[in-house]
Amino acid sequence: MITLKVNGAARQFDGDPDMPLLWYLRDIVGLTGSKFGCGMGLCGACTVHQDGVAIRSCVTPVRGVAGKEITTIEGLGEHPLQAAWADLNVPQCGYCQVGQIMQAASLLKKTPLPTDKDIDDAMAGNICRCGTYQRIRAAIKSAAKERA
Amino acid sequence: MKIRNCSRRRFLRQSFGAGAFVLGARYLPAPAAAALEDAVFRPNVFVGVKSDGTVLIVAHRSEMGTSSRTSVPMILADEMEADWKRVQLEQAIGDAKYGDQDTDGSHSVRSFFGVMQECGAAARTMLVQAGAAEWGVPAAECKATLHQVVHTPSGKKLGYGDLAAAAARLPVPAKSSLIFKKKSEYRYIGKDMPIYDLAAITHGTAVFGMDAKVDGMVYASVEHSPVLGGKIKSLDNKDALAVRGVSQTLVLPDFKPPHAFQALGGVAVIADNTWAAFQGRKKLKIAWDPGANGSYTSSEYKKQLQSTARQPGKVVRQVGDVEKGLGGAAKVLEAEYYVPLLAHAAMEPEVAVADFRGGKCTLWAPVQNPQAVQDTVAAALGIDKKDVICNVTLLGGGFGRKSKPDFCAEAAILSKQLGKPVKVVWTREDDIRFDYYHSVDAMYLKAGLDATGKPAAWLQRTVFPSIDSTFGLGVKYGGAGELGMGFVDWPFDIPNIRAENGEAVNHVRIGWMRSVANIYHAFAICSFADECAHAAGRDPKDYLLELIGPPRIVDLKAQGVAYANMGPIETYPVDAGRLRNVVEIVAEKSGWGKRTLPKGHALGIAAHRSFLTYIATVVEVAIGPGGKISIPRVDTVVDAGMIVNPDRVRSQFEGAAVFGASLALMGSITATNGKIDQSNYHNYPVARIHEAPYETHVHIVESDAPPAGVGEPGVPPFAPALCNAIFAATGKRIRELPIGKQLA
Repeated sequence: MITLKVNGAARQFDGDPDMPLLWYLRDIVGLTGSKFGCGMGLCGACTVHQDGVAIRSCVTPVRGVAGKEITTIEGLGEHPLQAAWADLNVPQCGYCQVGQIMQAASLLKKTPLPTDKDIDDAMAGNICRCGTYQRIRAAIKSAAKERA
Repeated sequence: MKIRNCSRRRFLRQSFGAGAFVLGARYLPAPAAAALEDAVFRPNVFVGVKSDGTVLIVAHRSEMGTSSRTSVPMILADEMEADWKRVQLEQAIGDAKYGDQDTDGSHSVRSFFGVMQECGAAARTMLVQAGAAEWGVPAAECKATLHQVVHTPSGKKLGYGDLAAAAARLPVPAKSSLIFKKKSEYRYIGKDMPIYDLAAITHGTAVFGMDAKVDGMVYASVEHSPVLGGKIKSLDNKDALAVRGVSQTLVLPDFKPPHAFQALGGVAVIADNTWAAFQGRKKLKIAWDPGANGSYTSSEYKKQLQSTARQPGKVVRQVGDVEKGLGGAAKVLEAEYYVPLLAHAAMEPEVAVADFRGGKCTLWAPVQNPQAVQDTVAAALGIDKKDVICNVTLLGGGFGRKSKPDFCAEAAILSKQLGKPVKVVWTREDDIRFDYYHSVDAMYLKAGLDATGKPAAWLQRTVFPSIDSTFGLGVKYGGAGELGMGFVDWPFDIPNIRAENGEAVNHVRIGWMRSVANIYHAFAICSFADECAHAAGRDPKDYLLELIGPPRIVDLKAQGVAYANMGPIETYPVDAGRLRNVVEIVAEKSGWGKRTLPKGHALGIAAHRSFLTYIATVVEVAIGPGGKISIPRVDTVVDAGMIVNPDRVRSQFEGAAVFGASLALMGSITATNGKIDQSNYHNYPVARIHEAPYETHVHIVESDAPPAGVGEPGVPPFAPALCNAIFAATGKRIRELPIGKQLA
């Protein structure tokens, strides 16, 4: 039996402890905001926070987050990044955007006023096939300014 | 009617059940099995008005990131004088009553601008008539303004909701009697409109195909033959069945050539969650007989294509006498170009939920063409098309892949076999290995320049396995559609032109990907134009303008070209003037020949007409140590006729630059012994934030011409503009994509 916290609520899981957190969240808990993109930690669509830091839930087994606090987009609350994303009309298809926002939220927590290089370094693991990077960069800067 | 109620409600309950943060119903992308059922006034299949004044508009095109779901209904709302804040969209199921639903070929706005205007005008006219009748005044004294009908002389007003019941009793006006708003009266068209699903997307509540869930659903993962058309020799499922959560395995029937959209066949592992299905599948022991395609190896195939391209092929365009022109030339140039197979690699892998019961099959899937799902599933199950109900979710990218519903057929076949709803989830590896690939192409070009450096003769050959081979056996030549994509239709002002197409056979599934054959044709032609410019000692932009020649309508028919324009040639002629115009503007906007660039930076230019839209692109490249390529800036000029949603047009061209960068810099699919070598984003990379163009400036040409495409035409000129910039910076000519390590 694995115990963890998801969006503030205590949860117990007695399934396969090797199941990636992503599939636990999506298929067992029913939180579908985090997306499946690659299953290898290559695209970032599955990004959630473990104790406030971005992780790739598709390659993190549930056993690895026992006793941890997991936050998904559903538990992020209203974040300034979401407002910035809306102001700049960032999404196209939208599938990767939750992962992008969770990754960016983790970046801003650590680096409140990121440079272009900080953004490149933090966001390089999140693919957007529609190609919204230019607006993602602008939205991160805009949200950072808003909070500063 | 019963089905649509129960399926819709159940779907919503399940998808937005426990734990999910649910926004208001405004944001729910409700599958519209129950389209317009709550409206009291329904003048046509696209619009309805509820008694509370809510205007329901049916979005019948699929949303994969191009904003079709917003920008098409927006036209109707504008013409109807509906307040967008009081509009609710209902996503259409697949149904021929909506006309074409294949969200493909960059034609959602182009094909439905008029239809949306007619439907909106009819609704508005009837609401105005209802208001006039209510007040006992002539309709001519009344007008519709932002969700209200106003009696102008008295100032009396009634809302659309108040008038809906009365409007419903009026006859629908004849199309010919409709009066449309003037352009100056447009409320939304031509102004930036955020996408309808924006808040749902940023909050994670938007429902993509991957998020669909119904009661009692099981999960399936399918092992396909690694070689197209391979057959199972032996199967051992013992270890798979031992995986916790796996309930059974099922063998899917083989497809019958041509493959078209049929399920590929293979072995499905059924489980009570996605992960268990994936794990079980890894434990299958299957021996495959690869069949005829087992001998397909890309390195050998490439040599065949290139060898064919060096030989004369079937003539598909002939102007003047190329041999004579070459014979008299002061300088003769020749070059070969090559573009590999490419995969779509949309962020959301293929996925579909199917529920077969009582002789009918209901699906929820991220598909570009729900009517093709109806056809495909009906054929797979031997049922009637009308008994296939295809609910369309949001698409996590499409780029053409999701207009091929093979994965929906898999789900439908499995649901029928299992007697319960099933969700088929493809892995990224499935997506990369079992794509309908963008075709590999070898091109050969030869030009004879006269004493002034201008081409007196131009010969070009293209050799690629055709998309038509997906739908027919024995196909060896390119289809008219493919040849019409930037090969036979280039508006060259050259006295002697010959275009030829050589034979090629397919060994993998060939399909259309964003911009299709324009990608390789524009790459070769715009690169070769640049080569000729440098050979002639001319500025590439000036030379490009000279190749296009004076403003004129190019009459391809008079040149004997069997040309499949993407729309009526009378409405959308090949207009050299518009192509010239975008070249001239992009030169100005990018500071061509004027901007002082840092060391190692250079500009390249390309222009291309596709999907009836005229594009010119200038790419600024920066070459760093070790030949490291970065792209500080892109300028793209778009003449797509009248624009509905400018911000979404800009976003499409920003995205096209990134898509173009991916295929130019890094993308390549290859096969060894029939098996695809790539499998995921590590060996089929696409551009990431630090590799993508840093900034793309999109300049839209103001135009009253009929609306043309915007989703695709930004891609083709990108790669040649980049490669031309690389030549300007380094003197190294790129003739094969991807660029990869060619500069290292």
